[in-house]
Amino acid sequence: MRWWLPDAGSTFAGPIDTLFLAILIITGIALVVVEVGLVTFVIKYRARPGRKAFYTHGSTRAEVIWTAIPAVTMVALGLISNHYWVLIKDKKSIPPNAYHVGVHAKQFEWQVTYPGPDGKLGTSDDFTVRNQLHVTVNEPIAVELTSEDVIHSFFVPEFRLKQDAVPGMHIMAWFQATKTGEFELGCAELCGMGHYKMRARVFVHTPDEYKAWVAQQAAGGSE
Amino acid sequence: MTAVAHTPTTAHHEPMSFWRKYIFSTDHKIIGIQFLFVSLFFLLVGGLLAMQIRWQLGFPGKPLPGGGILPETMVVNGVILPEYYVQLVSMHGTFMVFFAIMPLLVGVYANFLIPLKIGAHDMAFPRINMASFWLALLAGLVMTASFFVPNGPIRSGWTNYAPLAARPDLSGVTVGQMLWCVSIVVLGLSSVLGSLNYITTVINHRAPGMTWFRMPLSVWALFITAILGVLALPVLQGAAIMLLFDNVLGTHFFDPVAGGQALLWQHLFWFFGHPEVYILILPAMGMVSDIIANGSRKPIFGYHSMVFAIIGIAFLGWIVWGHHMFMSGMNPTLGSTFMVSTLLIAVPSAIKVFNWLGTMWRGNLRFHVPMLNAIGFVSMFTIGGLSGIFMAATPVDIPLHDTQFIVAHIHYVLFGGSLFALFAAITYWYPKMFGRMMSHRIGKVHFWLTFVFYNMTFFPMHIIGMGGQMRRIYDPTIYDFLKPQQPLNVFISYSAFALFAVQVLFAFNFLWSLKFGKKAPQNPWDDNGMEWSLPNPAPHGNWERTPNVYRGPYEFSAPEAGDKDFLPQFVKLPTDRDPVPAPLPATH
Repeated sequence: MRWWLPDAGSTFAGPIDTLFLAILIITGIALVVVEVGLVTFVIKYRARPGRKAFYTHGSTRAEVIWTAIPAVTMVALGLISNHYWVLIKDKKSIPPNAYHVGVHAKQFEWQVTYPGPDGKLGTSDDFTVRNQLHVTVNEPIAVELTSEDVIHSFFVPEFRLKQDAVPGMHIMAWFQATKTGEFELGCAELCGMGHYKMRARVFVHTPDEYKAWVAQQAAGGSE
Repeated sequence: MTAVAHTPTTAHHEPMSFWRKYIFSTDHKIIGIQFLFVSLFFLLVGGLLAMQIRWQLGFPGKPLPGGGILPETMVVNGVILPEYYVQLVSMHGTFMVFFAIMPLLVGVYANFLIPLKIGAHDMAFPRINMASFWLALLAGLVMTASFFVPNGPIRSGWTNYAPLAARPDLSGVTVGQMLWCVSIVVLGLSSVLGSLNYITTVINHRAPGMTWFRMPLSVWALFITAILGVLALPVLQGAAIMLLFDNVLGTHFFDPVAGGQALLWQHLFWFFGHPEVYILILPAMGMVSDIIANGSRKPIFGYHSMVFAIIGIAFLGWIVWGHHMFMSGMNPTLGSTFMVSTLLIAVPSAIKVFNWLGTMWRGNLRFHVPMLNAIGFVSMFTIGGLSGIFMAATPVDIPLHDTQFIVAHIHYVLFGGSLFALFAAITYWYPKMFGRMMSHRIGKVHFWLTFVFYNMTFFPMHIIGMGGQMRRIYDPTIYDFLKPQQPLNVFISYSAFALFAVQVLFAFNFLWSLKFGKKAPQNPWDDNGMEWSLPNPAPHGNWERTPNVYRGPYEFSAPEAGDKDFLPQFVKLPTDRDPVPAPLPATH
């Protein structure tokens, strides 16, 4: 049983998990303040015979305090979040040396196109593999996302990466895996009755392993 | 039944036939009660769908108990089919949002409370009001009918994302999708007619002395909600008509294969959909404010900031729709803008929560059933509001978007928030509707059991969502990373069954008290509202002569009240002067 976010598998996990924890602390404090206040008042001010409530219509000072504190906190949170948001999602943040793969989603599978031995997408040595995404560890990977039919969503929990694939759009997403191993790629957007089984394997290789795999695929011809 | 009580200010009408009085009624109170019965029925339908969802998620592949009565297009050998599962989640959302919570809050309480609380004889347009109810019922029946057509109801979620919803060849749904669109257009018409009525009534039909800032917060909230409704629903109607054309006439508004735009649907849907979220919570906040002031025997803390917070939430509600689309491929710079506006909604929401706490501070708290549910609302809405901050912060939204975390969030707002407020409101205004009290004892047991099982059901959803369980997947156990948390899914399912089962208490209390409840005194909660100057139930036309309003709605424990701890809006003290009546609107 897991009580936290999945294990970290990409460079995004660091800032995202830290931000998650920060928000958990902020909201945790707010929650404790409210719930403890509520329970205290429920016990302390329960009706007793002969007692009358304190007649007041409020306090401007209190209003200013509990307007200002959330406002400042939220603006600060927005600014910090935006920094990482831009780093993760902005097109300009994709490292220029990123290795490009094409991911084409369709009901209900992922077709991954690899650049082949020449390292360039859109050339004749490209090859396509169904439901398998192979990448190299510690290398920025740019995913060129497209969709055949309806909206799907590319989601690898360990990478903290989610990006919809929208028909008619060519969307770029990127990540950099930090550990080798096997992960799962799921579809996070309802795409029809087979939505639940739109599942692919993600393999994070060492550079040598990856080269060997590409050579083997290129030799065996594309699928 | 007609006008049995003869207080001097009570309206007097000729007896009417059963049909005119209860079925084709133009009385805002009867229309509110009609909405109440119909939407409680749809709440039950939505709940039954939820139980099947929880069965499948807790016990995938095991035969659904009683599933044998369902046709083979839904269930084979007792096991729920993937296409039926997708229909279950789609229709659960549709019924709960459009036919249970929205009509319960707006259809029932805007109708029932607005005229009573502002001292009006009825709605501005009583016959349009009747049309609004019948259109809503028609829409509900059309939506229900989609279960009985070939290929069944929609399979694209209650949000109907295109192009899945726009292309029968991709969704596998034909007639069901058309019925969804038609039903939504009809329901939108009902909502717009209702909203125009509420807005007009509040502006034109306030009794002398009922100034804007003497209106109870329930009326303020319902008034602002009506403005949201009249602006938001037409957008959805337009989008639904376009979607219908895509399905039936072969247009391609949302299908990129022929030059359409897939994201256009999402922009239109959420431009409606986010204000809709506030349509589903603002009335709850308003009624809870009234009930907390009553239960605390204190004026509401910071009345004016409460009003401005309602207006602030409603205004911000129009500029946050993009937060549903952070992962959609929309320009990330737009994402930044929508993140800031979304985070800012925390401010008016915090103002409201702290003012409720301020109201209870140094009060003399009476824990009647409405008060218990109202306190439940405050504590649960707080969790729902705070969990929203995780998804508002765009980077954190990346792993959480479209997982069970958002399912937990929406249920903390709509069940923990809206539905607890409705349990409070139904119990509170029950005597005004039916002249009898609901049982306090059953009400208290129902509250505590619901509160416990509700948290056991929805809180763990945050955790499986953090673990990455996607929404709307038929079988989480096929994923290696989700398998370890399956025991929690089983736990949630058992809790959900218990939560559903204890609602029998509410249903029993509601129905039994109609006939056997204790007769209600005229002002059972010692409240200040205008409605309590009338007998229970109030006659058609409410007041014989338009009443005067002498003060604000929350003068609990005011020094002038003497021995009592409340001072109703309609009580004239020797020091009070009669308000100058405003000129009657031209419609009279």
